[in-house]
Amino acid sequence: MIARIVQDSPVQTLAAEAASGTPEIIWSAIAPNLILMLGGVLLLTVVSLLRGKSPSWFPAVWTVVTASLALIALFPLWARVQDEGAQTVMAGAVGLDGFSLFVTGIICLSVIMGALLLEGYVRREGLEGAEWYVLLLLSASGGVTMASANDLIVMFIGLEILSVAAYVLTAMHSKRISSQEAGLKYFVLGAFASAFLLYGIALTYGATGSTNLVRIQRFLSDTVITQNGLLLAGFAFMLVGFGFKIGAAPFHTWAPDVYQGAPSPVTAYMASGIKAAGFAGLLRVFVVTFGPTYGADWRPMVYALAVLSLLVGSFMAIVQTNVKRMLAYSSISHAGFILVAVEASSTQGTSAALFYLLAYTFMVTGSFAIVTIMGRTGDGTHALDDYRGLGRARPGLALIFTVFLLAQAGVPFTAGFLSKFYVINSVVAEGQYALAVIAMVSAVVAAFLYLRVVVAMYFSEDPAAELMESRIKVPVGASIALVIAVVGTLWLGIVPGAVTNVANDAVAQLVAFKS
Amino acid sequence: MIGTLLNSTSLLLASEFAEESANASNFPMIPALIITPLIGAIIIALIPRSRSDLYKQIAVITSVITGAFSIAMLVAFNTGDSGYQFVIDQPWISDLGISLHFGVDGISLFLVVLTGVIFPIALLGAKVDHDPKPYYGWLMVLMAASMGVFSSLDLVLFFAFFELVLVPMYFLIGLWGHSNRVYAATKFFLYTMLGSAFMLVGLVSLAVLNARAMGGPITFDLVEIAKNQAISVTAGRWIFCAFAVAFAVKVPLFPLHTWLPDAHTEAPTAGSVILAAVMLKLGTYGFIRFGLDLFPEASHWAAPVMMTLGVIGIIYGAICATMQKDLKRLVAYSSIAHLGFIVLGVFAFSVQGLEGSILIMVNHGISTGALFLLVGWIYERRHTRQIAELSGLQKVAPIFAGVFTLVMLSSIGVPGLNGFPGEFLVLLGSFASARWWGVVAVSGVILAALYLLWAYQRVFHGPVTEPNKGFRELRLTEGLVIAPLLVLIVFLGLYPKPMLDRIEPSVERLLAHVDAEVEGFELREVKFVAPLPGEVDAGHSEAGKTEAGHTEAGETEAGHTEGKP
Repeated sequence: MIARIVQDSPVQTLAAEAASGTPEIIWSAIAPNLILMLGGVLLLTVVSLLRGKSPSWFPAVWTVVTASLALIALFPLWARVQDEGAQTVMAGAVGLDGFSLFVTGIICLSVIMGALLLEGYVRREGLEGAEWYVLLLLSASGGVTMASANDLIVMFIGLEILSVAAYVLTAMHSKRISSQEAGLKYFVLGAFASAFLLYGIALTYGATGSTNLVRIQRFLSDTVITQNGLLLAGFAFMLVGFGFKIGAAPFHTWAPDVYQGAPSPVTAYMASGIKAAGFAGLLRVFVVTFGPTYGADWRPMVYALAVLSLLVGSFMAIVQTNVKRMLAYSSISHAGFILVAVEASSTQGTSAALFYLLAYTFMVTGSFAIVTIMGRTGDGTHALDDYRGLGRARPGLALIFTVFLLAQAGVPFTAGFLSKFYVINSVVAEGQYALAVIAMVSAVVAAFLYLRVVVAMYFSEDPAAELMESRIKVPVGASIALVIAVVGTLWLGIVPGAVTNVANDAVAQLVAFKS
Repeated sequence: MIGTLLNSTSLLLASEFAEESANASNFPMIPALIITPLIGAIIIALIPRSRSDLYKQIAVITSVITGAFSIAMLVAFNTGDSGYQFVIDQPWISDLGISLHFGVDGISLFLVVLTGVIFPIALLGAKVDHDPKPYYGWLMVLMAASMGVFSSLDLVLFFAFFELVLVPMYFLIGLWGHSNRVYAATKFFLYTMLGSAFMLVGLVSLAVLNARAMGGPITFDLVEIAKNQAISVTAGRWIFCAFAVAFAVKVPLFPLHTWLPDAHTEAPTAGSVILAAVMLKLGTYGFIRFGLDLFPEASHWAAPVMMTLGVIGIIYGAICATMQKDLKRLVAYSSIAHLGFIVLGVFAFSVQGLEGSILIMVNHGISTGALFLLVGWIYERRHTRQIAELSGLQKVAPIFAGVFTLVMLSSIGVPGLNGFPGEFLVLLGSFASARWWGVVAVSGVILAALYLLWAYQRVFHGPVTEPNKGFRELRLTEGLVIAPLLVLIVFLGLYPKPMLDRIEPSVERLLAHVDAEVEGFELREVKFVAPLPGEVDAGHSEAGKTEAGHTEAGETEAGHTEGKP
């Protein structure tokens, strides 16, 4: 079935590595991941030992500190990668390159934001407990594993750690039936998607003889596969798996329901951290591994996914009446935009996707911070009508939300504009003008959605009566999160130079393991 | 061909050269123009609501300071210099060759000054009945963004300001507008953004293709890309189309104009004034700076279509204006007609046409801005803009009627007032290079007189009906606010030379650029200057005589018409 032009048989290298025994593990290379995972486990232990004697703010602060430590641990690693180049550790299963570090940073940021939002949220809802934070940290550790995986099996394990924790988090609001429903829906569909991914991995293994991305890449560049049906089917199935995680149409149907049903801080994490991890996997597998050899085969598939996501996301968003659902659909159209950068299949495209993911993390966690605050006790008031008159009742909140919404619409001097600009730049550089035009036009359609929220907040004649009466409380954690998000959104829009350079240096590389 | 023209004009300008030296001071003039209003906006944002009386004062002070900067710039501007002045060039996103590159030349100078003059007047002339804090805050942001658009020399920077302008305008229309404001604001935002979507793809393609052709690093610098002219003809035409969509929406050109009557009518008075005076110029300015300069070949190729759309705009705008029952909507449609003249002049590819266009850009800003201000005051007094409900105002408020007459005549383009020189030059320029478009466009001049005089007749003449009896005469403060515009209307009508002197070198440089880049391009001119000694040419002297004569004729004619009502 497969005709090989054997130059450097993968079987030989495999044998050579197996002979050398247990590989040495460079712990420092996976320090951020370890910090997140150990932080989660330790938190569980400590809180269990204290038996409820710990103050209610303790787990949130613990989580923020843990994620910040992981973030700090990235800096020496970044310096090492820039000095010595990308590395592979743990017998070629984990890669250490600028790309994985950048995505790790995004995930850590997303955890910090999620924890800050959860702090006030669980208190308001009467659902205090350390479980939220433990699950958040473990899920993040899965995401980091995924971002740095150099092996399809490791990537799958990372995806599962990421997802299982997220399923539980979605269903954690025990007082809301919609939360449980969303959790179940997310779980069933997510399990399907994981199965697809695993099947794709199996087919790819069948076609290439390895699950290690370095060997797959080497095999594909050395070998001409005369009948590539198996490999292409593998692409398609893996794309389904990743497409589900990033919420790309037509695998998006879970997103609106789950985003709406999940506790709002969890939705914030889902839209930023999980999406970043999903894109990290997609970029590493498709752009880096398959890009040079089979780009012509998978790029049309991603093209179709991108166009569908852009159109479905923006057109469906404008007919929604629930703000969380709106943001869910808008997140689909943002996924479409990032897919456009993936389609470019270039280092420029990868940098653009990374910049977009970071910018989107600020914008979307900020938006969901507002949604969390506006949900009030019960996390239920998310109808567009509930936002009527916010501009009068709480001008500060309304103005901040406007910044996030306009940034998502792509208004200049905000993070949203430059992230769109970089994507367009990367795709035009590949000569894909039609895709660029589709992306920009659908961004205009999506802008209508953001304007609808602005109209409700500022221009409506009859403000929501409830809004004027009830005092909306902004907890300390949420206000810190809002400040971080606003500063990030504007900073990336006005002085983007430093981050752009970092994103450009965050090259994804596959390096063979040297034992 | 262009050489002789350059020769003659440079002789004419020789005296000017001697007078003014290069702007010596190193004061960062353009950043000051952008940052001053922003500082105002921040101060307004920080003042608590309990001190709401301060908002207007701060807005007025900062806008006046900005206006003073723009006037200082006008004074310091080196008249004979055709290139960019007050240039600032700092890297912004160095990886992509995006820089904070600012500068003005004769083409943008007067638009900057216009922005600086109109904003304080709009601020002082219009009242705001609720939420003064965001109102003045957004106006200041709008001023900063407008200054940025007219002085940016980097494609991305220009685009950023071009888009940024939308946000404050959106809020101004949506929050302080009239009954149908939300619809108008959303339509305005989405229409413009749709146009810009194409432009963004276009400008990125341009930079990428330019970098590929030149083999260097990518740059978004307008001056450099315009100089290189490296991309292929086909690519240039496509990318020009992408830019043209954005500018055509902004101008607006028929058939993309439908947002304009809604936006202008629903906007609050200050918003309408600024929309007409400043925002509408973004499109035509874009056509000159980013159309002709960046894509000379494609612009020349598209000229017949653009001129046709311009002429359709002249006629269509005039006919629609005639049919309007709402005074403000009438003025809005008249803008479409005026902007049609500008587009005709830009794409006529002649020195007079382009100069005329730039003159109209400024003068339309002055006269239509003043008209919107007056209509706004009528609305403040009567709470209606329906022409049918207004009658006989001249008897109750003769000074108001007099001011309205002057502004209206300037808008019609009566010789001696500021509307005339621009239209005359555009028609002159288009007769030389595109005769039939010019012929059709002339009818627009008559139509303008028709709709404005008819509207004037219905509103100000006739019996004083009951509700109009209490119509207040022009207040002293109102008179003082509009006075600068009236002075400009008369001064620029009688003596447009200072403006032309500063515009001409840049226009000639632009056309020389077109001449160099477009194969088979022939600059057709009606010779406009008096023949030099020894150069005997009957045609020239005739044209010269017309030029000399028209100001005189203008004065008398203006006197006539003014006396008539």
